[in-house]
Amino acid sequence: MSTLNNCETCPAHNRANLVKLGLDLSNTDYVLAMAGNPNTGKSTVFNNLTGLRQHTGNWPGKTVSRAEGGFIYNDKRYKVVDLPGTYSLLSTSTDEEVARNFILFGQPDVTVIVVDATRIERNLNLTLQILELTDRAVMCVNLMDEAKRNNLEIDIRALSRELGIPVIPASARRREGMNELLAAIEEVATGKFVCRPHKIKSRSAKLNHAIESIAKQLEEEFPGLPNQNWVALRLLEGDNSIIEALRTGELGSINVAEDQGQS
Amino acid sequence: MENTNSKREEILAAANAARWDMGDTFHDNIIESIYEDASRIARKVVQQKGEKEAYSFDLKVDKIVTSRWLGFPLMFLLLAVVFWITVAGANYPSALLASLLIDYLHPVLKHAADAIHLPWWLSGVLIDGGYLSMAWVIAVMLPPMAIFFPIFTLLEDLGYLPRVAFNMDSLFRKAGAHGKQALTMSMGFGCNAAGVVAARVIDSPRERLIAIITNNFSLCNGRWPTQILIASIFIGSLVPAQIAGIVSAGAVVSIAVLGIGFSLLVSWSLSKSVLRGEASSFSLELPPYRPPRIWQTLYTSLIDRTLIVLWRALFFAVPAGIVIWLVANVNIGDLSLAEHFINWSNPWALFFGLNGVIILAYIIAIPANEIVIPTILMLTVLSTKLSGIGAGSGVMFELDSVGDTANILHAGGWTLLTGINLMLFSLLHNPCSTTILTIYKETKSMKWTVFSTFMPIALGLIVTFFTTQIWNLFHM
Repeated sequence: MSTLNNCETCPAHNRANLVKLGLDLSNTDYVLAMAGNPNTGKSTVFNNLTGLRQHTGNWPGKTVSRAEGGFIYNDKRYKVVDLPGTYSLLSTSTDEEVARNFILFGQPDVTVIVVDATRIERNLNLTLQILELTDRAVMCVNLMDEAKRNNLEIDIRALSRELGIPVIPASARRREGMNELLAAIEEVATGKFVCRPHKIKSRSAKLNHAIESIAKQLEEEFPGLPNQNWVALRLLEGDNSIIEALRTGELGSINVAEDQGQS
Repeated sequence: MENTNSKREEILAAANAARWDMGDTFHDNIIESIYEDASRIARKVVQQKGEKEAYSFDLKVDKIVTSRWLGFPLMFLLLAVVFWITVAGANYPSALLASLLIDYLHPVLKHAADAIHLPWWLSGVLIDGGYLSMAWVIAVMLPPMAIFFPIFTLLEDLGYLPRVAFNMDSLFRKAGAHGKQALTMSMGFGCNAAGVVAARVIDSPRERLIAIITNNFSLCNGRWPTQILIASIFIGSLVPAQIAGIVSAGAVVSIAVLGIGFSLLVSWSLSKSVLRGEASSFSLELPPYRPPRIWQTLYTSLIDRTLIVLWRALFFAVPAGIVIWLVANVNIGDLSLAEHFINWSNPWALFFGLNGVIILAYIIAIPANEIVIPTILMLTVLSTKLSGIGAGSGVMFELDSVGDTANILHAGGWTLLTGINLMLFSLLHNPCSTTILTIYKETKSMKWTVFSTFMPIALGLIVTFFTTQIWNLFHM
């Protein structure tokens, strides 16, 4: 870790790669979403990347609606959207809806999932739900300094292997791990790193069968829909906002946006 | 189009059928499967080496600060200490700023105005009115804010605020309001405008509105000096000098606690009447205590809070200063506008145990509570024609010692009852114009802005009326 710190404190290194843009969001090449449980330090990471000073505080729910900022890394312009912290994407509070809709309809190029190193298991619940929604994600295991204080040891490589996405340890309050995070974001954004996100394993055969059959019908109606299985599951659960999106055809716009993005 | 829509309905029907097929436990199963995977992965990658030292320390502290018996006393004690530091620490820089801006710069400006032959009324309006009120707001408001906001932000950074919310949650829930209202209420102790903005953390529009409307019941920074001064003059003087400080501090804390009581009472009435509804539940995670980052906190609290609030106060203080000067110097017949108003309102103000001076001062000082005391003193001098004190008509001033202030107020016919009622009215009156503007910006509703403005005045008049009548019963 000590060599790593040297790199980070070296101004030449930072200046060469990262230009904080604050609120200048013109002509962005990539869109990042910052998601995670409440009070894991999303806003601190956001501030570190964009140079903005979104108010941070040690209490859950600081970020009320989404905040946006930007930065340039290796000549590419990134727009960052700081989503409100949520415990899950399943129920229907405003926070969860804002976060879910952005990941679903905003189709960010990379979703940065900020998790609390001292509460990995609880944070993984949200992480797994996000990975059902998007294929391109990076996990930032924040508050590593606190994990150390609590004598917790986290096998970052194993975590990355299990989740199928890059996992970066960080202590955002001390600005540690931000360069590694930027590098990982770039790899996923440019497609250099192809994520193979973990899919929920312990589901009944019956449920899996139902999901598959609904997903197949969705594919016929909305060809190229990126999150078929997730949408199918939400429909099975009777999620009203998704039912509405299906009826109005808003679901279809997801893959249109995707096509435009790639062409 | 017809075709696609029927296809969509078909998908929905299939989903519905499958849902029935899978039975009641279906939703639980989905959640369980996520938890199962999460726990399996966590077991694989996380290892606890040795003791969870810091964690168990957090638990111990939490057991105390959120305990049923110690939680509230500790909370009040902590708040009292914060306020004591604020008030005590602000004294010296306030005096310094006052002597610089008022004792030194004000005469310099006046001389300069005379030197360039500025008409007396123009230099009066600009320098005695606008400049002086701005100087007062900076001298009285900046030091306490620069002390209070960083301490408050440090507590926030440390993780104490969620514990306050945890303690207060059940009270607010019983009042039909959101538990997070405890957070916005605490913010209001610094500045009501900041507290109103902070109500954004509340999801439900109904509960957010309640939090916004009742935020004014948190005594703000601008009102603490009034409370402390009046308490030391009228209540501290009732007891021997050794305990006067503690007793007057106790009086101020009771007013603050009364404010919390009104906050709960009004929340309850609103949620039982026009803003009917169930309190929504929320999960609040008690975050670990984190060592606060001192410098960063100082910086952000200064930029984000202190300067923004100060700027808004100044924005309103200058025109208010001009108005004060004008009402004190524009004469109709033999008397100034201010004297006309005071003579007219004195009789009915007495029903509320107040007087015309206080009423006029509160009208003029709508922009910023900080200028209430200077305005009251200036108007008292004006209406009782005390000679040899003050700096001339319409010049806001503050006296060097509490004793001088007491003399003026006693000469103006003030009694213990006036003092108590002023403290009550200072708690229960309209929010300052900055807060009113913020309420409008946040609610986008003229109706609720007007309600938030006048409801506290009505409450204040009712409370002071009954206080006065009960007092008179015992003193007739």
